Amino acid sequence: MTTYYTREHEWIAVEGDVATVGITDYAQAQLGDIVFVEVPGAGTTVAKGKEAAVVESVKAASDIYAPVSGEVVEGNAALEGDPALANTAPETEGWFFKLTLSDPAELEGLMDDTAYKAFVDSL
Amino acid sequence: MSDEDVPETIETLPLDSWHRAQGGRMVAFAGYHMPIQYDGIIAEHLWTRENAGLFDVSHMGQLTLAGEGADAALETILPGDIKGLGEGKMRYSLLLGETGGILDDLMVTRLPAANAFDEAAGDFYIVVNGATKWDDIAYLHEQLPEGLTLNHHGDQALLALQGPKAVDALARLAPGVADLFFMEAGAFTIAGVSAWVSRSGYTGEDGYEISIPAADAEAVAAALLALPEVKPIGLGARDSLRLEAGLPLYGHDLDEKIDPATAALGFAVPKRRRAEGGFPGAEQTIGFFKDGPPAKRIGLTIEGRQPAREGATIYDGDVAVGTITSGGFSPSLQVPIAMGYVSTDRAALGTALEVDVRGKRLAATVSAMPFVSQNYVRKGAK
Repeated sequence: MTTYYTREHEWIAVEGDVATVGITDYAQAQLGDIVFVEVPGAGTTVAKGKEAAVVESVKAASDIYAPVSGEVVEGNAALEGDPALANTAPETEGWFFKLTLSDPAELEGLMDDTAYKAFVDSL
Repeated sequence: MSDEDVPETIETLPLDSWHRAQGGRMVAFAGYHMPIQYDGIIAEHLWTRENAGLFDVSHMGQLTLAGEGADAALETILPGDIKGLGEGKMRYSLLLGETGGILDDLMVTRLPAANAFDEAAGDFYIVVNGATKWDDIAYLHEQLPEGLTLNHHGDQALLALQGPKAVDALARLAPGVADLFFMEAGAFTIAGVSAWVSRSGYTGEDGYEISIPAADAEAVAAALLALPEVKPIGLGARDSLRLEAGLPLYGHDLDEKIDPATAALGFAVPKRRRAEGGFPGAEQTIGFFKDGPPAKRIGLTIEGRQPAREGATIYDGDVAVGTITSGGFSPSLQVPIAMGYVSTDRAALGTALEVDVRGKRLAATVSAMPFVSQNYVRKGAK
Protein backbone atom coordinates (compact mmCIF):
# COMPACT_ATOMS: atom_id res chain seq x y z
CA MET A 1 0.00 0.00 0.00
CA THR A 2 1.25 3.49 -0.89
CA THR A 3 -0.10 6.65 0.67
CA TYR A 4 -0.17 9.95 -1.16
CA TYR A 5 -1.10 13.44 0.03
CA THR A 6 -2.55 16.57 -1.55
CA ARG A 7 -1.93 20.26 -0.88
CA GLU A 8 -5.60 20.35 0.20
CA HIS A 9 -4.65 18.03 3.09
CA GLU A 10 -6.24 14.80 1.91
CA TRP A 11 -4.57 11.41 2.03
CA ILE A 12 -5.06 8.66 -0.56
CA ALA A 13 -4.01 5.13 0.36
CA VAL A 14 -3.72 3.01 -2.79
CA GLU A 15 -3.87 -0.77 -2.86
CA GLY A 16 -4.15 -2.23 -6.36
CA ASP A 17 -6.72 -0.11 -8.19
CA VAL A 18 -8.67 0.81 -5.03
CA ALA A 19 -7.87 4.02 -3.18
CA THR A 20 -9.09 5.04 0.29
CA VAL A 21 -9.47 8.81 0.78
CA GLY A 22 -9.58 10.85 3.99
CA ILE A 23 -8.41 14.11 5.51
CA THR A 24 -5.08 14.48 7.29
CA ASP A 25 -4.50 15.15 10.96
CA TYR A 26 -3.41 18.67 10.02
CA ALA A 27 -6.74 19.20 8.20
CA GLN A 28 -8.87 18.01 11.12
CA ALA A 29 -6.94 20.24 13.54
CA GLN A 30 -7.54 23.24 11.29
CA LEU A 31 -11.25 22.45 10.91
CA GLY A 32 -11.81 22.05 14.64
CA ASP A 33 -14.70 20.07 16.09
CA ILE A 34 -16.37 18.18 13.24
CA VAL A 35 -20.13 17.74 13.70
CA PHE A 36 -21.28 16.44 10.31
CA VAL A 37 -19.70 14.58 7.41
CA GLU A 38 -21.44 13.74 4.14
CA VAL A 39 -19.61 11.20 2.00
CA PRO A 40 -20.52 10.02 -1.51
CA GLY A 41 -22.37 6.71 -1.81
CA ALA A 42 -21.28 3.63 -3.76
CA GLY A 43 -21.64 4.12 -7.51
CA THR A 44 -21.00 7.87 -7.43
CA THR A 45 -18.48 9.03 -10.02
CA VAL A 46 -16.07 11.64 -8.72
CA ALA A 47 -13.68 13.75 -10.78
CA LYS A 48 -10.29 15.01 -9.64
CA GLY A 49 -10.61 18.49 -8.17
CA LYS A 50 -14.42 18.38 -7.94
CA GLU A 51 -16.52 18.33 -4.77
CA ALA A 52 -16.88 14.85 -3.36
CA ALA A 53 -17.73 15.25 0.33
CA VAL A 54 -18.84 17.90 2.83
CA VAL A 55 -17.40 18.46 6.28
CA GLU A 56 -19.12 20.72 8.77
CA SER A 57 -17.23 21.84 11.83
CA VAL A 58 -18.77 23.95 14.56
CA LYS A 59 -17.27 26.94 12.74
CA ALA A 60 -17.98 26.36 9.07
CA ALA A 61 -18.81 24.09 6.15
CA SER A 62 -15.95 22.88 3.95
CA ASP A 63 -16.00 21.02 0.65
CA ILE A 64 -13.69 18.08 0.27
CA TYR A 65 -12.46 17.72 -3.32
CA ALA A 66 -11.72 14.37 -4.89
CA PRO A 67 -7.92 14.06 -5.11
CA VAL A 68 -8.24 11.57 -7.98
CA SER A 69 -11.00 10.51 -10.38
CA GLY A 70 -12.91 7.27 -10.12
CA GLU A 71 -16.03 5.45 -9.02
CA VAL A 72 -16.88 5.30 -5.33
CA VAL A 73 -17.17 1.74 -4.02
CA GLU A 74 -17.95 2.63 -0.40
CA GLY A 75 -18.59 5.69 1.75
CA ASN A 76 -17.67 5.45 5.44
CA ALA A 77 -21.06 4.93 7.09
CA ALA A 78 -19.49 5.23 10.57
CA LEU A 79 -19.00 8.98 10.02
CA GLU A 80 -22.74 9.56 9.87
CA GLY A 81 -23.34 8.49 13.46
CA ASP A 82 -19.95 9.59 14.78
CA PRO A 83 -18.58 12.49 12.73
CA ALA A 84 -16.00 13.17 15.46
CA LEU A 85 -14.13 10.10 14.14
CA ALA A 86 -12.75 12.51 11.54
CA ASN A 87 -11.16 14.42 14.44
CA THR A 88 -10.03 11.53 16.59
CA ALA A 89 -8.88 9.07 13.89
CA PRO A 90 -8.62 11.05 10.64
CA GLU A 91 -6.03 8.79 9.04
CA THR A 92 -7.54 5.46 10.15
CA GLU A 93 -11.21 4.76 11.12
CA GLY A 94 -12.20 8.27 10.06
CA TRP A 95 -11.61 7.60 6.33
CA PHE A 96 -14.16 9.20 3.98
CA PHE A 97 -14.61 6.97 0.90
CA LYS A 98 -13.01 4.26 -1.22
CA LEU A 99 -12.93 4.45 -5.00
CA THR A 100 -11.60 2.56 -8.01
CA LEU A 101 -9.11 4.74 -9.84
CA SER A 102 -10.11 5.64 -13.39
CA ASP A 103 -6.71 7.17 -14.18
CA PRO A 104 -3.83 5.96 -11.97
CA ALA A 105 -1.57 8.51 -13.70
CA GLU A 106 -3.33 11.20 -11.61
CA LEU A 107 -1.38 9.92 -8.60
CA GLU A 108 1.88 11.11 -10.09
CA GLY A 109 1.58 14.75 -9.08
CA LEU A 110 0.79 13.94 -5.43
CA MET A 111 3.14 14.14 -2.44
CA ASP A 112 4.54 11.24 -0.47
CA ASP A 113 4.72 11.17 3.33
CA THR A 114 8.06 13.00 3.54
CA ALA A 115 7.08 15.69 1.04
CA TYR A 116 3.74 16.26 2.82
CA LYS A 117 5.44 16.61 6.22
CA ALA A 118 7.79 19.20 4.73
CA PHE A 119 4.81 20.97 3.13
CA VAL A 120 2.93 21.16 6.45
CA ASP A 121 6.05 22.40 8.24
CA SER A 122 6.32 25.19 5.70
CA LEU A 123 2.79 26.47 6.46
CA MET B 1 -18.35 35.52 11.82
CA SER B 2 -16.86 35.49 8.38
CA ASP B 3 -18.33 38.67 6.96
CA GLU B 4 -17.16 41.31 9.40
CA ASP B 5 -15.66 44.32 7.69
CA VAL B 6 -11.94 43.82 7.97
CA PRO B 7 -10.02 47.07 7.62
CA GLU B 8 -6.63 47.00 5.91
CA THR B 9 -4.75 47.11 9.17
CA ILE B 10 -5.73 44.50 11.71
CA GLU B 11 -5.04 45.92 15.14
CA THR B 12 -3.91 44.12 18.25
CA LEU B 13 -5.75 44.14 21.56
CA PRO B 14 -4.09 44.58 24.97
CA LEU B 15 -4.12 40.83 25.64
CA ASP B 16 -2.77 39.78 22.22
CA SER B 17 0.41 38.12 23.43
CA TRP B 18 -1.40 36.64 26.41
CA HIS B 19 -3.87 34.88 24.07
CA ARG B 20 -1.00 33.50 21.99
CA ALA B 21 0.76 32.29 25.14
CA GLN B 22 -2.45 30.44 26.14
CA GLY B 23 -2.48 28.65 22.77
CA GLY B 24 -5.19 30.80 21.23
CA ARG B 25 -5.63 30.44 17.47
CA MET B 26 -5.87 34.02 16.27
CA VAL B 27 -8.19 35.26 13.50
CA ALA B 28 -9.17 38.71 12.24
CA PHE B 29 -12.48 39.80 13.74
CA ALA B 30 -14.01 43.28 13.86
CA GLY B 31 -10.65 44.75 12.84
CA TYR B 32 -8.62 43.00 15.55
CA HIS B 33 -6.59 39.84 15.96
CA MET B 34 -8.71 37.74 18.30
CA PRO B 35 -8.65 34.12 19.50
CA ILE B 36 -11.21 31.90 17.76
CA GLN B 37 -10.41 28.98 20.06
CA TYR B 38 -7.88 27.50 22.49
CA ASP B 39 -8.73 23.84 23.28
CA GLY B 40 -11.61 23.50 20.84
CA ILE B 41 -14.98 25.18 20.52
CA ILE B 42 -17.13 22.36 21.92
CA ALA B 43 -14.89 21.81 24.96
CA GLU B 44 -14.77 25.55 25.67
CA HIS B 45 -18.53 25.89 25.20
CA LEU B 46 -19.32 23.07 27.63
CA TRP B 47 -16.72 24.34 30.13
CA THR B 48 -18.50 27.71 30.20
CA ARG B 49 -21.91 26.10 30.73
CA GLU B 50 -20.55 24.11 33.71
CA ASN B 51 -17.72 26.20 35.17
CA ALA B 52 -16.46 29.67 34.26
CA GLY B 53 -15.09 30.91 30.95
CA LEU B 54 -12.87 33.96 30.53
CA PHE B 55 -13.54 35.98 27.37
CA ASP B 56 -11.59 38.96 26.08
CA VAL B 57 -14.10 41.41 24.61
CA SER B 58 -11.75 44.38 24.54
CA HIS B 59 -12.67 45.03 20.89
CA MET B 60 -16.00 46.41 22.07
CA GLY B 61 -16.42 50.16 22.39
CA GLN B 62 -16.59 51.54 25.94
CA LEU B 63 -18.14 55.01 26.02
CA THR B 64 -19.34 57.40 28.67
CA LEU B 65 -21.88 60.14 28.18
CA ALA B 66 -21.83 62.97 30.69
CA GLY B 67 -23.96 66.02 31.26
CA GLU B 68 -27.35 67.33 32.27
CA GLY B 69 -30.22 65.71 30.38
CA ALA B 70 -28.18 62.81 29.00
CA ASP B 71 -31.04 60.40 29.78
CA ALA B 72 -33.61 62.40 27.83
CA ALA B 73 -31.16 62.79 24.95
CA LEU B 74 -30.47 59.05 24.87
CA GLU B 75 -34.20 58.34 24.76
CA THR B 76 -34.38 60.16 21.41
CA ILE B 77 -32.20 57.43 19.84
CA LEU B 78 -32.75 54.41 22.15
CA PRO B 79 -36.27 52.95 22.60
CA GLY B 80 -35.58 51.81 26.18
CA ASP B 81 -36.46 53.33 29.55
CA ILE B 82 -33.29 55.32 30.20
CA LYS B 83 -34.84 58.00 32.41
CA GLY B 84 -36.03 55.33 34.82
CA LEU B 85 -32.63 53.64 35.07
CA GLY B 86 -31.29 53.83 38.64
CA GLU B 87 -27.64 54.39 39.49
CA GLY B 88 -25.64 51.18 39.21
CA LYS B 89 -28.33 49.57 37.02
CA MET B 90 -27.95 48.63 33.38
CA ARG B 91 -30.12 47.76 30.40
CA TYR B 92 -29.85 46.20 26.98
CA SER B 93 -30.91 48.70 24.36
CA LEU B 94 -30.86 49.42 20.62
CA LEU B 95 -29.27 52.34 18.82
CA LEU B 96 -31.81 53.37 16.21
CA GLY B 97 -31.05 55.08 12.90
CA GLU B 98 -33.12 58.00 11.66
CA THR B 99 -35.78 55.74 10.11
CA GLY B 100 -35.94 53.32 13.05
CA GLY B 101 -33.60 50.56 11.87
CA ILE B 102 -31.14 49.07 14.36
CA LEU B 103 -27.63 50.57 14.00
CA ASP B 104 -26.28 48.61 16.96
CA ASP B 105 -27.27 46.84 20.14
CA LEU B 106 -25.66 47.95 23.36
CA MET B 107 -25.61 47.94 27.15
CA VAL B 108 -26.24 51.20 28.96
CA THR B 109 -25.51 51.72 32.68
CA ARG B 110 -26.30 54.73 34.83
CA LEU B 111 -23.18 55.39 36.88
CA PRO B 112 -23.15 55.97 40.62
CA ALA B 113 -20.72 58.50 42.16
CA ALA B 114 -18.17 55.73 42.72
CA ASN B 115 -17.21 54.65 39.22
CA ALA B 116 -14.07 53.78 37.33
CA PHE B 117 -14.44 56.42 34.62
CA ASP B 118 -14.09 59.72 36.53
CA GLU B 119 -17.66 60.60 35.61
CA ALA B 120 -20.31 62.14 37.88
CA ALA B 121 -23.21 60.27 39.45
CA GLY B 122 -26.05 59.97 36.95
CA ASP B 123 -23.81 59.91 33.86
CA PHE B 124 -23.87 56.90 31.53
CA TYR B 125 -21.48 54.10 30.58
CA ILE B 126 -22.33 52.50 27.24
CA VAL B 127 -20.78 49.38 25.71
CA VAL B 128 -21.23 48.99 21.95
CA ASN B 129 -20.10 46.38 19.43
CA GLY B 130 -16.52 46.43 18.15
CA ALA B 131 -17.31 46.38 14.44
CA THR B 132 -19.75 49.28 14.75
CA LYS B 133 -18.12 51.47 17.40
CA TRP B 134 -16.64 54.10 15.09
CA ASP B 135 -19.93 54.57 13.22
CA ASP B 136 -21.79 54.64 16.54
CA ILE B 137 -19.52 57.35 17.92
CA ALA B 138 -19.98 59.49 14.78
CA TYR B 139 -23.76 59.00 14.92
CA LEU B 140 -23.93 59.83 18.64
CA HIS B 141 -21.95 63.03 18.06
CA GLU B 142 -24.37 63.97 15.30
CA GLN B 143 -27.54 63.15 17.23
CA LEU B 144 -26.77 64.25 20.79
CA PRO B 145 -27.05 67.88 21.91
CA GLU B 146 -23.87 69.93 22.31
CA GLY B 147 -23.99 70.26 26.07
CA LEU B 148 -23.22 66.57 26.56
CA THR B 149 -19.74 65.03 26.54
CA LEU B 150 -19.10 61.69 24.88
CA ASN B 151 -15.86 59.95 25.81
CA HIS B 152 -14.44 56.83 24.17
CA HIS B 153 -12.43 54.85 26.70
CA GLY B 154 -10.07 53.24 24.18
CA ASP B 155 -7.54 52.71 26.97
CA GLN B 156 -9.85 50.29 28.83
CA ALA B 157 -9.85 46.54 28.27
CA LEU B 158 -13.03 44.48 28.79
CA LEU B 159 -13.14 40.91 30.07
CA ALA B 160 -16.16 38.67 30.58
CA LEU B 161 -16.24 35.85 33.11
CA GLN B 162 -19.25 33.67 32.35
CA GLY B 163 -20.70 30.49 33.77
CA PRO B 164 -22.33 29.10 36.91
CA LYS B 165 -19.03 29.18 38.84
CA ALA B 166 -18.13 32.74 37.80
CA VAL B 167 -19.57 34.13 41.02
CA ASP B 168 -17.54 31.82 43.27
CA ALA B 169 -14.38 32.46 41.29
CA LEU B 170 -14.62 36.25 41.07
CA ALA B 171 -15.88 36.66 44.63
CA ARG B 172 -12.62 35.15 45.87
CA LEU B 173 -10.82 38.17 44.38
CA ALA B 174 -13.55 40.74 45.01
CA PRO B 175 -16.11 39.48 47.59
CA GLY B 176 -18.60 42.27 46.94
CA VAL B 177 -19.42 41.10 43.42
CA ALA B 178 -21.58 38.31 44.83
CA ASP B 179 -24.03 40.94 46.08
CA LEU B 180 -24.71 42.30 42.60
CA PHE B 181 -27.80 40.99 40.83
CA PHE B 182 -28.18 40.50 37.07
CA MET B 183 -27.83 43.85 35.27
CA GLU B 184 -26.29 45.67 38.23
CA ALA B 185 -22.79 47.15 38.29
CA GLY B 186 -20.28 48.77 40.60
CA ALA B 187 -16.65 49.71 41.24
CA PHE B 188 -14.41 47.00 42.73
CA THR B 189 -10.73 46.19 43.09
CA ILE B 190 -9.45 43.00 41.46
CA ALA B 191 -5.82 41.95 41.98
CA GLY B 192 -5.05 45.50 43.07
CA VAL B 193 -6.59 46.96 39.90
CA SER B 194 -9.50 49.37 39.90
CA ALA B 195 -12.28 47.67 37.94
CA TRP B 196 -15.83 48.41 36.82
CA VAL B 197 -17.77 45.17 37.24
CA SER B 198 -21.28 44.36 36.06
CA ARG B 199 -23.25 41.16 36.54
CA SER B 200 -24.07 40.66 32.89
CA GLY B 201 -22.89 38.96 29.74
CA TYR B 202 -23.97 37.43 26.47
CA THR B 203 -23.80 33.68 27.00
CA GLY B 204 -27.11 33.08 28.82
CA GLU B 205 -25.15 32.18 31.96
CA ASP B 206 -24.66 34.04 35.18
CA GLY B 207 -21.43 35.99 35.09
CA TYR B 208 -19.63 39.29 34.99
CA GLU B 209 -18.16 41.84 32.62
CA ILE B 210 -15.05 43.58 33.91
CA SER B 211 -13.66 46.86 32.59
CA ILE B 212 -10.04 47.56 33.54
CA PRO B 213 -7.20 49.76 32.29
CA ALA B 214 -5.55 48.12 29.27
CA ALA B 215 -2.17 48.36 30.99
CA ASP B 216 -3.44 46.12 33.82
CA ALA B 217 -5.34 43.65 31.63
CA GLU B 218 -2.66 40.95 31.70
CA ALA B 219 -2.38 41.04 35.48
CA VAL B 220 -6.15 40.73 35.91
CA ALA B 221 -6.47 38.01 33.24
CA ALA B 222 -3.65 36.07 34.95
CA ALA B 223 -5.31 36.41 38.38
CA LEU B 224 -8.61 35.12 36.94
CA LEU B 225 -7.01 32.29 35.01
CA ALA B 226 -5.22 31.15 38.18
CA LEU B 227 -8.63 30.27 39.66
CA PRO B 228 -9.42 26.58 39.16
CA GLU B 229 -12.91 27.26 37.76
CA VAL B 230 -11.58 29.45 34.94
CA LYS B 231 -10.38 28.65 31.41
CA PRO B 232 -9.90 31.02 28.47
CA ILE B 233 -12.67 30.86 25.87
CA GLY B 234 -12.49 32.01 22.24
CA LEU B 235 -14.85 33.67 19.80
CA GLY B 236 -16.12 30.35 18.45
CA ALA B 237 -17.69 29.27 21.73
CA ARG B 238 -18.84 32.82 22.39
CA ASP B 239 -20.91 32.55 19.22
CA SER B 240 -22.37 29.09 19.97
CA LEU B 241 -23.17 30.10 23.57
CA ARG B 242 -25.05 33.24 22.57
CA LEU B 243 -26.90 31.36 19.82
CA GLU B 244 -28.12 28.73 22.31
CA ALA B 245 -29.18 31.59 24.60
CA GLY B 246 -31.26 33.05 21.75
CA LEU B 247 -29.29 36.30 21.80
CA PRO B 248 -28.97 38.11 18.45
CA LEU B 249 -25.56 39.07 17.08
CA TYR B 250 -25.32 42.48 15.47
CA GLY B 251 -24.39 42.41 11.78
CA HIS B 252 -25.92 38.97 11.46
CA ASP B 253 -29.29 38.79 13.24
CA LEU B 254 -29.74 42.56 13.49
CA ASP B 255 -28.99 45.31 11.02
CA GLU B 256 -30.09 48.79 9.94
CA LYS B 257 -33.03 47.39 7.95
CA ILE B 258 -34.54 45.65 10.99
CA ASP B 259 -36.71 47.45 13.59
CA PRO B 260 -37.09 46.34 17.24
CA ALA B 261 -40.50 44.67 16.67
CA THR B 262 -39.32 42.66 13.66
CA ALA B 263 -36.26 41.67 15.73
CA ALA B 264 -38.67 40.34 18.40
CA LEU B 265 -36.94 42.45 21.04
CA GLY B 266 -40.10 43.64 22.74
CA PHE B 267 -38.44 43.64 26.15
CA ALA B 268 -36.16 46.46 24.93
CA VAL B 269 -39.17 48.73 24.24
CA PRO B 270 -41.10 49.06 27.52
CA LYS B 271 -44.70 50.18 27.96
CA ARG B 272 -43.96 53.86 28.57
CA ARG B 273 -41.92 54.16 25.38
CA ARG B 274 -44.62 52.38 23.37
CA ALA B 275 -47.18 54.84 24.76
CA GLU B 276 -45.05 57.97 24.36
CA GLY B 277 -42.95 57.15 21.29
CA GLY B 278 -40.24 59.77 20.76
CA PHE B 279 -37.65 57.42 19.23
CA PRO B 280 -36.79 57.02 15.53
CA GLY B 281 -39.36 55.01 13.60
CA ALA B 282 -41.66 54.98 16.65
CA GLU B 283 -44.89 55.08 14.68
CA GLN B 284 -44.08 52.03 12.58
CA THR B 285 -42.40 50.07 15.38
CA ILE B 286 -45.25 50.68 17.86
CA GLY B 287 -47.73 49.67 15.14
CA PHE B 288 -45.75 46.48 14.56
CA PHE B 289 -45.80 45.67 18.28
CA LYS B 290 -49.57 46.18 18.30
CA ASP B 291 -50.56 44.44 15.07
CA GLY B 292 -47.57 42.21 14.34
CA PRO B 293 -44.69 42.97 11.96
CA PRO B 294 -44.71 41.45 8.45
CA ALA B 295 -41.76 39.24 9.40
CA LYS B 296 -40.05 38.42 12.67
CA ARG B 297 -37.00 36.82 14.23
CA ILE B 298 -37.51 33.20 15.24
CA GLY B 299 -35.53 30.18 16.39
CA LEU B 300 -35.30 26.98 14.37
CA THR B 301 -34.30 23.47 15.33
CA ILE B 302 -32.95 21.54 12.34
CA GLU B 303 -33.51 17.82 11.92
CA GLY B 304 -30.41 15.62 11.58
CA ARG B 305 -26.88 16.79 12.28
CA GLN B 306 -26.04 19.15 9.42
CA PRO B 307 -26.04 22.80 10.49
CA ALA B 308 -27.95 25.40 8.47
CA ARG B 309 -25.89 28.56 8.39
CA GLU B 310 -26.28 32.28 7.79
CA GLY B 311 -27.79 33.03 4.37
CA ALA B 312 -29.68 29.74 3.94
CA THR B 313 -33.22 30.20 2.58
CA ILE B 314 -36.19 29.01 4.64
CA TYR B 315 -39.08 27.41 2.74
CA ASP B 316 -42.66 26.44 3.39
CA GLY B 317 -43.18 23.99 0.53
CA ASP B 318 -42.20 25.86 -2.63
CA VAL B 319 -42.54 29.29 -1.07
CA ALA B 320 -39.42 31.04 0.23
CA VAL B 321 -40.58 32.47 3.57
CA GLY B 322 -37.34 33.71 5.12
CA THR B 323 -33.60 33.49 5.68
CA ILE B 324 -31.29 32.10 8.36
CA THR B 325 -29.20 34.83 9.99
CA SER B 326 -27.08 32.62 12.30
CA GLY B 327 -26.90 28.91 12.61
CA GLY B 328 -24.66 26.23 13.92
CA PHE B 329 -24.40 23.05 15.90
CA SER B 330 -25.50 23.32 19.51
CA PRO B 331 -22.83 21.70 21.69
CA SER B 332 -25.22 21.52 24.66
CA LEU B 333 -28.18 20.02 22.79
CA GLN B 334 -26.17 18.10 20.15
CA VAL B 335 -28.50 19.26 17.37
CA PRO B 336 -28.23 22.03 14.78
CA ILE B 337 -30.01 25.25 15.79
CA ALA B 338 -30.51 28.51 13.96
CA MET B 339 -31.96 31.99 14.16
CA GLY B 340 -33.60 33.74 11.25
CA TYR B 341 -36.48 35.78 9.94
CA VAL B 342 -39.70 34.37 8.49
CA SER B 343 -42.99 35.96 7.49
CA THR B 344 -45.09 36.31 10.63
CA ASP B 345 -47.74 33.84 9.38
CA ARG B 346 -45.04 31.15 9.55
CA ALA B 347 -43.55 32.25 12.88
CA ALA B 348 -45.76 30.32 15.33
CA LEU B 349 -43.92 27.85 17.57
CA GLY B 350 -44.00 24.36 16.12
CA THR B 351 -44.45 25.44 12.50
CA ALA B 352 -42.82 22.85 10.22
CA LEU B 353 -40.58 24.47 7.60
CA GLU B 354 -37.58 23.50 5.47
CA VAL B 355 -34.15 25.04 5.01
CA ASP B 356 -32.13 24.84 1.82
CA VAL B 357 -28.60 23.79 2.73
CA ARG B 358 -26.29 23.40 -0.25
CA GLY B 359 -29.15 22.36 -2.50
CA LYS B 360 -30.62 19.92 0.01
CA ARG B 361 -33.83 20.51 1.98
CA LEU B 362 -33.53 19.96 5.72
CA ALA B 363 -36.64 19.72 7.92
CA ALA B 364 -36.81 22.52 10.49
CA THR B 365 -39.24 23.47 13.25
CA VAL B 366 -39.88 26.93 14.66
CA SER B 367 -38.65 26.64 18.25
CA ALA B 368 -38.75 28.74 21.39
CA MET B 369 -35.69 30.78 22.28
CA PRO B 370 -33.58 30.56 24.33
CA PHE B 371 -32.78 27.05 23.13
CA VAL B 372 -30.91 26.46 26.41
CA SER B 373 -32.39 28.04 29.53
CA GLN B 374 -30.79 31.25 30.76
CA ASN B 375 -29.33 31.16 34.26
CA TYR B 376 -29.32 34.76 35.37
CA VAL B 377 -29.33 35.71 39.05
CA ARG B 378 -32.18 38.19 39.09
CA LYS B 379 -33.17 40.41 41.96
CA GLY B 380 -36.18 39.00 43.81
CA ALA B 381 -35.80 35.61 42.20
CA LYS B 382 -33.51 34.12 44.83
